[in-house]
Amino acid sequence: MLEFPSFINIPLAEWVDAGMRWLLTNFSAFFDTVGEGILGVLLNIENFLLWLPWPAVLLIIGLLGWWTMRRWWAGLLMAGMMLIIGSFGYWDLSMMTLAIIIASVILSLVLGIPLGIAMAQNKFIESVIRPVLDAMQTMPSFVYLIPALMFFGLGKVPAVFATIIYAMPPVIRLTNVGIRQVPESVIEAAKAFGANSRRILFDVQLPLSMPSIMVGINQTTMMALAMVVIASMIGAKGLGLEVLLAINRIEVGRGFEAGLSIVLMAIIIDRITSSMAAQQQNKLKSMVGS
Amino acid sequence: MSGNDSINGNKVGQMRPEDIVVEVNNVWKIFGKDPQQVLNSDIKSSSKEEILEKTGCVLAMKDISFKVNRGEVFVIMGLSGSGKSTLIRCILRLIEPTTGSILIHGKDICQFKRRQLDYLRTHTTAMVFQHFGLFPHRTVIDNVAYGLQIRGMSRKKRHARAEEVIKKVGLKGWEKYYPGSLSGGMQQRVGIARALATDPEILLLDEPFGGLDPLIRRQMQDELFDIQAEFKKTILFVTHDLHGATRLGNRIALMRNGEIIQIGTPQELITEPKDEYVRRFVQDAILAKVLTASSIMSQPGVTLYEWHKPDQALQMLAAKEADHAFVVDRSGKFLGLLNAQNLSEQRRGQSVIGAMEKITNTCTPESSVESLFPLAAASKHPIPVVDEDGKLLEQVETSAIFNSMIRRTEEEKGAGVS
Ligand SMILES: Nc1ncnc2c1ncn2[C@@H]1O[C@H](COP(=O)(O)OP(=O)(O)OP(=O)(O)O)[C@@H](O)[C@H]1O
Ligand SMILES: [Mg+2]
Repeated sequence: MLEFPSFINIPLAEWVDAGMRWLLTNFSAFFDTVGEGILGVLLNIENFLLWLPWPAVLLIIGLLGWWTMRRWWAGLLMAGMMLIIGSFGYWDLSMMTLAIIIASVILSLVLGIPLGIAMAQNKFIESVIRPVLDAMQTMPSFVYLIPALMFFGLGKVPAVFATIIYAMPPVIRLTNVGIRQVPESVIEAAKAFGANSRRILFDVQLPLSMPSIMVGINQTTMMALAMVVIASMIGAKGLGLEVLLAINRIEVGRGFEAGLSIVLMAIIIDRITSSMAAQQQNKLKSMVGS
Repeated sequence: MSGNDSINGNKVGQMRPEDIVVEVNNVWKIFGKDPQQVLNSDIKSSSKEEILEKTGCVLAMKDISFKVNRGEVFVIMGLSGSGKSTLIRCILRLIEPTTGSILIHGKDICQFKRRQLDYLRTHTTAMVFQHFGLFPHRTVIDNVAYGLQIRGMSRKKRHARAEEVIKKVGLKGWEKYYPGSLSGGMQQRVGIARALATDPEILLLDEPFGGLDPLIRRQMQDELFDIQAEFKKTILFVTHDLHGATRLGNRIALMRNGEIIQIGTPQELITEPKDEYVRRFVQDAILAKVLTASSIMSQPGVTLYEWHKPDQALQMLAAKEADHAFVVDRSGKFLGLLNAQNLSEQRRGQSVIGAMEKITNTCTPESSVESLFPLAAASKHPIPVVDEDGKLLEQVETSAIFNSMIRRTEEEKGAGVS
């Protein structure tokens, strides 16, 4: 047997560790502020959701379903699914999960949409971000947990952080695509009337790329949901943790209930956000005329 | 800046510098990877095809220069791909010229900062696009009001103004619709309304009447004509429609493969085409509509004053071997026609007035030859040409009308009569 020579040795692990240590020692204040910010957003949302009486939550979900899908029974179905989750005794846990998802999605959009815009308007920025997005897509989601842990320790904040990193690419990508597909002739017309680049963005590019951005939001939301179970490994309370505990203790029934709850939640969120995206698309299509 | 202005003023010579609104000097536009390299080598003087073959660059504009005066309608014509749209876009810097300067009101807009350029586009110019360029997500009224919105006008005011213009282009009732639900011709009219709404001093029109049916096209042309006549707008106007061009245009620039081949009045282009291309291009023009009386009029044979005695008149007619004369009053105003035969029958009269035939069928130098046909048919004598005050200037002989038509037909046959 020929052994692999030990002198061919790239100490990547050491370099990464060193880099991380350097970041932590020099930027700990920065990470503290970021962490506090994330926690602030998350706690506000969580407190609000837990404060809402359960019938109010059902009502909101029902109305959202009705409004986005334009069918009363669709709203009823959505509310019914939420009721099932509650009947398993997971109401509070599901609200915590929802809070993590909402906080992650909001922060993803706040960061991702401007990034997508910048990408669409600047070739250099695109050439930097595009390979990063490609790499992120092929990376296993567990990997995101490591830097999250290192920067923020255990708990909710690293969970949200990892979820943001994992869920952000679709909205960046689709914002970029949406803006790029706006016809040059329309932008030119706005220019000819003296619109500056900010006006062109808000008057023409963003409205016309709304359907694409909405698809991005839907995908980002679904990615955030998928990350929930994984994020629970670093200490986020919620449905994900239930699944994890059930697996560890080999409690099949409990695991099934928690797993089903996540699936139901996924269906609710997906139906509502994808219907919103479809609505945008139809609205624009009816204007443009196919 | 003022120093610059005076230099330009000197160069211009006979035209007053403040009358020149748009001035394009030696502008080139080359699309492709390395336009500068093409520009710096000798290849730039070869043809468009050759440049494309050897360098892969598209020569869209080649050394274009012209000036447009205040209140002028400057028409740009040429076959598809000759660079008309590129040229008109360059004037707003929607396309950056590769080299050359473009002056608007004497200021080189190629040196403008973004802010100045936006100001110019908002306050001085407006454009109609060949392919409409409407905002699909805005209603007709919000499309039309866009220029005013950029100017910061309140919603109520700009909608009121937009409604006015929408009515003018015949789209009343469509304000709340989206462009997608309008036909091509209607969309084109939205584009026209959007440009007119800001009441710009300079209008850039890229085939504004392209998709319109003849009836509406005529209507839009009339509208444009009125606006131009009333507000003395400066208009740069790309069109394929030669008749429209001759109707509206003061001067026509004819382009081929990125070059301006000839600039001139419609008449000049038709009567003195610079080469075969120009001649072929304008051969469709109905000559009678384009030619005016001024190009075929001649000196009247005998002109008499109203106080001439019949005897004197007969002598004068005999001296010139003429059978008729025009009669004018002491200020030179045209009164009527005197026939030699009538005169000899009434030779005892006090003055020539008694034997004179009153004629109301006069024309002006600007009358089209077409409008002379019925006049010529109604009388066997020449048609008097008068100015706005009725003063006799010259005459048009019936034979001249026919000759102007015949000469052209012979040219087409290749007889080569000039
Ligand atoms: N963005 C571009 N990139 C490369 N080539 C271009 C571009 N825009 C125009 N051209 C080329 O420049 C030339 C002039 O085009 P332009 O659109 O000005 O023609 P046009 O006279 O307006 O024609 P049409 O009557 O069909 O509208 C054409 O050969 C065209 O292929
Ligand atoms: Mg064109």
